Amino acid sequence: MGPGGVGRPVALIALIALGWFGLGLVVANSYYQLMLTLVPIWAVLGLAWNISSGYTGLVSFGHAAFFGLGAYTVTIALIRFGLTPWLGIPLAMAVGALAGAVIGYPTFRLRGHYFALAMLAYPLALLYIFTWLGYQEVSLPREQQAPGWYMQFGDFRVYIALALGLMAGAMLISLALERSRFGLSLLAIKQNEPAAEAAGIDTLAWKMKAIVLSGALAAAAGGLYAVVLLVVTPDSVFGILTSAQALIVTLFGGVGTLWGPVIGAAILIPLSETLQAELGDVLPGIQGVVFGVAIIAVILLAPEGVFWHLRDRLQRRRAPPPAPPFTTPVLPPTPPAVAGAGLVVKDLAKSFGGLRAVQAVSFTVEPGAILGIIGPNGAGKTTLFNLLNGFLRPDRGAISFAGREIGGLKPNRICRLGIGRTFQVVRAFPRMTVLQNVLVGAYVAAPREADATAAATEALARVGLAARAQDLAAGLSTRDLRLMELARALAGRPRLLLMDEPLAGLGAGAVEDLLAVIRSLSAAGLTIVIIEHTMGAMVRLAHRFLVLDHGSVLAGGSPREVMADPAVIEAYLGKKWAAIRA
Amino acid sequence: MTPLGAAVEAFLQALAAGIFLGCLYGLMCVGLGLIFGVMRVINFAQGDFLMLGMYVTFYLVTGFGTLAFLGPIMAPYVGALLAGPVLFLGGWLLHRLLMSRITGTRAAGSEGDGHYSQLIFTLGVALVLENGALILFGSEPQSLRSPLAARAWEIPLLYDPLSAVFLNKASVVAALLSLVIGLALYLVIGRSRLGKSLRAAADNPVAAIYMGIDVDRAHRLAFAIGAGITAIAGGLVATYHPFQPYVGFDYVIIMYAGVVLGGMGSILGAFWGGLTIGLVQQLATLVIPLQLQNAAIFVVFLLVVLLRPQGLFGRTAERV
Repeated sequence: MGPGGVGRPVALIALIALGWFGLGLVVANSYYQLMLTLVPIWAVLGLAWNISSGYTGLVSFGHAAFFGLGAYTVTIALIRFGLTPWLGIPLAMAVGALAGAVIGYPTFRLRGHYFALAMLAYPLALLYIFTWLGYQEVSLPREQQAPGWYMQFGDFRVYIALALGLMAGAMLISLALERSRFGLSLLAIKQNEPAAEAAGIDTLAWKMKAIVLSGALAAAAGGLYAVVLLVVTPDSVFGILTSAQALIVTLFGGVGTLWGPVIGAAILIPLSETLQAELGDVLPGIQGVVFGVAIIAVILLAPEGVFWHLRDRLQRRRAPPPAPPFTTPVLPPTPPAVAGAGLVVKDLAKSFGGLRAVQAVSFTVEPGAILGIIGPNGAGKTTLFNLLNGFLRPDRGAISFAGREIGGLKPNRICRLGIGRTFQVVRAFPRMTVLQNVLVGAYVAAPREADATAAATEALARVGLAARAQDLAAGLSTRDLRLMELARALAGRPRLLLMDEPLAGLGAGAVEDLLAVIRSLSAAGLTIVIIEHTMGAMVRLAHRFLVLDHGSVLAGGSPREVMADPAVIEAYLGKKWAAIRA
Repeated sequence: MTPLGAAVEAFLQALAAGIFLGCLYGLMCVGLGLIFGVMRVINFAQGDFLMLGMYVTFYLVTGFGTLAFLGPIMAPYVGALLAGPVLFLGGWLLHRLLMSRITGTRAAGSEGDGHYSQLIFTLGVALVLENGALILFGSEPQSLRSPLAARAWEIPLLYDPLSAVFLNKASVVAALLSLVIGLALYLVIGRSRLGKSLRAAADNPVAAIYMGIDVDRAHRLAFAIGAGITAIAGGLVATYHPFQPYVGFDYVIIMYAGVVLGGMGSILGAFWGGLTIGLVQQLATLVIPLQLQNAAIFVVFLLVVLLRPQGLFGRTAERV
């Protein structure tokens, strides 16, 4: 995973393909030859599913739609237009890619279970439509002349080679994806879509690219399936079991890694086919029972799939006993100068139904200043941040950043313009290294991979985490997680930073470390807006305060003025206290 | 009979069929909706609970002759009602022994909140159940035709002495029973302590734990009740429809369409959703070819999900 040498995985892919082909040379039984061909085909469908669903976390029950369209494109092109599958499969891939775009665009508006279930409907609707069109059972005609031109070979080993070639291709594509910003962006979407969007990742665009690629690969698998089996029926290619097969091989083998679908297919397909062949006549159904029990057992023992289970085990065995948690001393970093930019908010308002979360809020932040936003729970602080970074569209009012109106822009656009954000609850990507976590935030400002890595490394140095760059995020302390999230926001080279309760849950020492980093960033010129409950820390940090209560501005000014304001004391401590002070 | 008269007759006939079938779908959806709403787990084995409900009813009536003394008309309905407790117990055990390991409080915090493992787990259970049923019961379609299935009430249409709408007695009785059971469950969930704990566990599992509610127990009850309710619906379908071990997947899709249409987490909504699916399925036959009847369900389902993801009858969308 992640950047690193590609030589070893590429060699391993070649080794697997050659080893499998060697097996094909030895096996003479035609039934087992067919099985050896089906394993890579289902692996390709699993790899395709993995690209759009495994890396992004958006589970699709509908990959049979692409598989089936691929199978029927190849079949119909051959029967109606005499088009060879050599061209039919590329055509099928184009159809699959188009279907991916057509299906993905409306469906990506949905999240979670709704997305999964909506995807279920596409192949099933297609199933009935293809039945109605009269394609209940279509056979590929035998071509006596030039069988090779029509991808019809007497020697079954050619099919094994073709399927393996397709699988190797799909694995290489997955590998390239995992090692690029494409893969990192999809992982970021899986972990936390809003945070990814706030880090400048255009989530819809990446998801669309993923499903288009996935659709093309699944269609290629379907096309080859038709060529190998010579018969296509709506149930066999659009049926729910085909979609389930894509899920099963991937989830069983391991989600979000190119090895998962291959491991899953290599174990499960032979298992179910052999059971079918050996026991199918004696006791129909027994293969389904054994298959189901095997799936249940593995999921109870290794809920995240075989690959991750084995990998975690190996790492545990290999790794020396964990060193006592050490925290890097925060060296006073000397960050490069930043040209901070100012923010002008005028008459901003947002309501949810009848609730006025933010009303008539106006304030100004000078370039390079630190503004502290305080207020009781429910005062509208986080809503204000969500308006500033584009999660919410304001009902009214204007937000001007560095002289530019940004109200109503999408979060990734606002991030690109130079507003970074950290969250109240830190969202780390636990299986990625600290550097990779930060890299996700660096892509906004860096067109090239090398620039992004440089920006991420620099951001880590600025928060004092450089020494932990290669550690897994899962092992970080709360303090280091906060610093890592700060580095992620800094990696995009923002000119204004929105920090939502950066000190929450930190011990006294850690608070001091974080304050030191924030001060040094401010000293370098960065404009900072902080939401915080810890008044003591804020008084020492912020240049100006803005107090919110019930969605509107209660007071604003220097910390000293605000702390003395009776209205503020009342809001925080109640009327009685205000009366005593007065 | 005028062409218009014939069209009206066909429409009324399809409308009646849609309503009666829809009530049964509604009851199935209530069972699934309870599980989906409380546990947030996509359960592919739900269709197989339905299928098991059919076979349990079948064997209670014919196999062991236990219910023969009730006579051919009463026996299937009593059998269907008894299938509920049987599958309640089955669902309870399945959750207690296996499912609880990967759902509820155990799943919180694991990658994707354990959705992946839950999905593939229920797919595995579905495979075991339907193939196990194939071994036990054989692949031949069975039917438990109630004598009522061969009788109909004839409702003459006033404007034309030659036309009439026929209401199959078995489907009318099944629909009425579905309505009563669905309503009873709605009242229980709405009024009782049990219902309150289920709703609390569904709304906010973490807060529910702090309030002293045993969330895993709530999940187990929801799962078992959901399995039992769907099994009763299966038994009622069996009184006028043939079935075999693989019917589960056909129905599971209809059930999910209904539950999503109705908006998740609402019993009444799930019932309306199922009813809508029944109506769409039957009325669609009037305007499009029979083979596209089911395609129509999915197109309607997609349109609703894309345009109104909170469901036709729900008020809130799924939290993200």
